[in-house]
Amino acid sequence: MPWTPDQPLVRLADVHKTFGGGVEVLKGITMDVMKGEVICIIGPSGSGKSTLLRCVNALVPIDRGSILVEGQEVNDPKLDKLALRRKVGMVFQQYNLFPHKTALENVMMAPVHVLKRDKKEVERQALALIAKVRLTGKEESYPGELSGGQQQRIAIARSLAMNPDVMLFDEVTAALDPETVKGVLVTIRELAEDGMTCMIVTHEMGFAREVANRVYFTDGGVLVEHGPPKEFFASPRDPRTRQFLDQIL
Amino acid sequence: MIANRSDMAVIKPFRIAAAEPWRFTVWHGLVLVAALLVALGIGEAQAAAAEKPGIIATILKWTPLLAQGFALNIAMSFLAMAIGTVIGVPLGLAQISLLPPVRAGSWFVTQFFRNSPWLVLLFYCMLLLPFEVNIGGTIIPLPGWLKSTIGLSLPVMANVSELVRGAVRSIPFAQWESAESLAMSRGQTLRMVILPQCIKRMTPPWMNLYAILTVATPLTSVVGVSEAMTLTGDILSSEARTELLVPMYLYLLLWFFLYCYPIARATLALEKRFQVR
Repeated sequence: MPWTPDQPLVRLADVHKTFGGGVEVLKGITMDVMKGEVICIIGPSGSGKSTLLRCVNALVPIDRGSILVEGQEVNDPKLDKLALRRKVGMVFQQYNLFPHKTALENVMMAPVHVLKRDKKEVERQALALIAKVRLTGKEESYPGELSGGQQQRIAIARSLAMNPDVMLFDEVTAALDPETVKGVLVTIRELAEDGMTCMIVTHEMGFAREVANRVYFTDGGVLVEHGPPKEFFASPRDPRTRQFLDQIL
Repeated sequence: MIANRSDMAVIKPFRIAAAEPWRFTVWHGLVLVAALLVALGIGEAQAAAAEKPGIIATILKWTPLLAQGFALNIAMSFLAMAIGTVIGVPLGLAQISLLPPVRAGSWFVTQFFRNSPWLVLLFYCMLLLPFEVNIGGTIIPLPGWLKSTIGLSLPVMANVSELVRGAVRSIPFAQWESAESLAMSRGQTLRMVILPQCIKRMTPPWMNLYAILTVATPLTSVVGVSEAMTLTGDILSSEARTELLVPMYLYLLLWFFLYCYPIARATLALEKRFQVR
């Protein structure tokens, strides 16, 4: 059955993952993310949030369950990982820009070499994306010459240059200086407002409340509860959620 | 005064005491020159006493021949480095292959040649390689110097292989992860992301390896190649003068030092420059 936009863009069903040491980090995660939806995943450290994101673009293989991205099964040995990753963009906590390339080259590399698109056209798009993340003038800077927040915004532009259908954000502000966090969050919020489907792992509760359509709380490898941000933050049902929110808010 | 800025207790920055590694400096060269001068002085005195031609004059007389031999040393070092690098890089990449047999095979080859004495490898190449090869009717002679160059290139190859493997492994895993998440294949990731970053890290140790190879080329004198070391021996036996022995070998040593010293300095300079960024 072909995928149609009225079905969930990302569909996780009973996803299990155990790491080499026998630690079960995901114990049956089920969630649907619709096209254009922005979800935030919150929870204590080690609750499997980052692993969950890495499973969606097949950086981490899962043991059991099913992950469908636009109807394509990720948990399939015959999966074309590269085709999947063209649809799924990811931004990391440590930005991971390529240090030997300028900001512009970082953004252009994958579209030119992976998608084999015309270089001139990619450059136009890359310049527009760099402008979109408000870094016009930094095109020729190397990552080492940019602040953490600027590097992270270039990393977002780099991911967007592949024209993904869904973006994964893995604690993208956790490694940043406080004064540079805002710029990154503004960039993500604008992206969400443009209708990009986003799965965001974050510790920024204010941001989650503002930008998310749904908030998920994970603890110990399970989804404890989820709901629209207003309800979720105002009246959490599960005692674990309440305890977590009490600790950080 | 920084100390007056605040009354708060502050941990002062501290450094873990690490000994500076020994490096070649100009002083080592000067010591060598001084030793040569002393040896020359003693030799001249002995020569004068025995009423023979002066030591300096004798050394200068043989210098053109010595230069020819030294040119062969340099040629062998260039060629061995080129062969060793051209084969060593793919061998190093094979060591990080995803295919276990390729990985195991290249690991074994690398370890075998890296841990064999250079002289043993030289003898093997001299004795096992034919004196000429016949490729499609054309006979290509394999003179001794070429065979021993091949012998020297084997340990170079193994060391380059380890350099490549180590450099690739020293690149943070996150670089692989972010390249993969951009749908880049393993080959593309290696070619465009990992290896360009490796080259910078590999250049100083690679130059160091070249310096080691250059000073190892006199080993070929044992298997009869007419390079500078062999020629020095020939010169000494034809002169048959004991007072020439020490100055002559010191003179040869100086040649190698003058050649390798700039390489050592350049390696150091590159290391320092790469540390900054």
